[in-house]
Amino acid sequence: MLESLLFYVLSGLAVGASALVIGQRNAMYSVLLLIVSFAALAGLYIGLDAPFVAMAQMIIYAGAIMVLFLFVVMLLNAPQEDAAEWDRTHPLKRPGFARIGVVLAVLLVAELGWALAKVMSLGAPVGGRADGATISSVREMGRVLFTQYSFAFEATSVLILVAMVGAVVLARREGDA
Amino acid sequence: MIPLSHYLVVSALLFAIGSAGVFLRKNLITILLSVEIMLNAVNLSFVAFGRFNGTVDGQIITFFVMTVAAAEAAVGLALVIALFRTRESLNPDAFTSLKW
Amino acid sequence: MNVQLLAQFIVIFAAFFLLVNMSAVLVLAERKVMGFMQQRYGPYLVGPHGMLQPFADILKLLMKEELRPKGADKWLFTLAPVLAVTTAFAAFATVPFGGETTLFGLLDAPLKLGAADVNVGVLVIFAITSMGVYGIVLAGWSSNSKYALFGGLRASAQMISYELSYATALAAIIMLAGSMSVREMVDSQTGYWFGVIPKWYIFIQPIGFIIYFIAGVAETNRAPFDFPEAEQELVAGFNTEYSSVRFALFPQAEYINMVTVAAVATDLFLGGWHGLLPFRTPLDGLIEYWNVGWLVFFAKIGGILFFYIWMRWTVPRYRYDQLMKFGWKWLLPASVINLLVTAAAVLYFNA
Repeated sequence: MLESLLFYVLSGLAVGASALVIGQRNAMYSVLLLIVSFAALAGLYIGLDAPFVAMAQMIIYAGAIMVLFLFVVMLLNAPQEDAAEWDRTHPLKRPGFARIGVVLAVLLVAELGWALAKVMSLGAPVGGRADGATISSVREMGRVLFTQYSFAFEATSVLILVAMVGAVVLARREGDA
Repeated sequence: MIPLSHYLVVSALLFAIGSAGVFLRKNLITILLSVEIMLNAVNLSFVAFGRFNGTVDGQIITFFVMTVAAAEAAVGLALVIALFRTRESLNPDAFTSLKW
Repeated sequence: MNVQLLAQFIVIFAAFFLLVNMSAVLVLAERKVMGFMQQRYGPYLVGPHGMLQPFADILKLLMKEELRPKGADKWLFTLAPVLAVTTAFAAFATVPFGGETTLFGLLDAPLKLGAADVNVGVLVIFAITSMGVYGIVLAGWSSNSKYALFGGLRASAQMISYELSYATALAAIIMLAGSMSVREMVDSQTGYWFGVIPKWYIFIQPIGFIIYFIAGVAETNRAPFDFPEAEQELVAGFNTEYSSVRFALFPQAEYINMVTVAAVATDLFLGGWHGLLPFRTPLDGLIEYWNVGWLVFFAKIGGILFFYIWMRWTVPRYRYDQLMKFGWKWLLPASVINLLVTAAAVLYFNA
């Protein structure tokens, strides 16, 4: 019972915070709300017997990537989007593409929900099952990571190196050393 | 016990919110944030399915997705900084000089 | 009500209460120790030998006027100190501070002294510590003042630079202990070599301890790494515009971060609650028998905190670019080499 309550609270928080993220004018508030959403997702991962992924999410996403976003928002001192320019008409009354897009989006979500509810095999319970101990073990994760996925691991390290060099080169000013 | 479909619905909602953000917002940083929301939705799906199948593979893939997202956020923000320096604006509609 | 659950709640509350008191005691301790190092008495008038000085300080701070600059962001200005203090307290949650106790036989099952025991405890500490950057960055930005913004940016850049060395030093200990749970790391430090020297990890990893300690000092923005809040250079850094309660929360967060770093150093390197001195004494048997390991733990934390305060008032401050250079060019390569050598040694001796 407690598990269900936690799941609903955390997923409600994650979805609610994400919905608020895309609706804020001030970019700083968006970043902070997204951190709240990430923390809620970390809680969901813990419920799924994945504590390492939950903590990695907090360290990498909420602790590093969002700090980067925050720095960029602060340093650019970005002018806020002018609310006067926003299109305040109801989505269904907008011309052409926007109307079709909204109808299709609503159709997509409805269809997805219906399909998921219909497929019976997805009704099996997840979370809190007996074999949680093997999955949540970091030792097991490390073993699989360095044997089965070792190529992807090495490729990721090269990727990070390339991204680091690329970010430094792109953000450099003209005439800097 | 929470059925798998609940987690998938949450993931779908998050993905829809993220893509709505990419389409509707006119601020480069908010667009990047919406991409991060989408990546997180996918992560949740992976972990839920991994748990469903009883393997640790879902978590491993999530690990890689997080790493790629970090690299992509870094490069994306460097691009945003470079773009801001030329036009002093974060509105994607300001960068239309390649349109005819 | 389940007695076991109630006892657990009491332990959690005791940990929280302890942290709040530690910050008050540290205020006094710092000024007293500073005074003795400068060959004068510290606070002297309030209470016997100045013991009640923290009460006077806190009362003064609580009664000041709450200012908020006009251009300051309404929500973020108040959120920043709250965030700083919350992450400071939360980071202590997975730090165990004692062995198991049955409270003189009142409980059915032994209760572990520590707010929570997670099997990825070290990562939780690191994750919450890395969230502490937000308090400072938001404080600097939301004050709408140049000095505050610079102080905030510098402090946060410093904190994220030293986080990597912090984590790599922790990773070396994880390799030695074979587990990420802090309680298991402490319990793997029982026993003695040659019957005399306790099996603390500081003897296997002296460089790791030094790296961890330096990175911890830099993480908490204490001297000699306290350039962002240096009084002489930046007015008061990121907390320039703060007053009264909001201001009081920042030093409290700083002191609690200090306590957390000291507690994790004690747990990981100095054997936690096993063994009082770096050689075997008859006291150790008595401590195990009476189950007062938590007193030993606090004695060790006290020693490390004394060292912190000693360092602040002895060593001159690093300049900001020297600080960053040191962090990236010296400490990070040193910690990575430490990790590699540890990995090689573990493989060699366990093959």
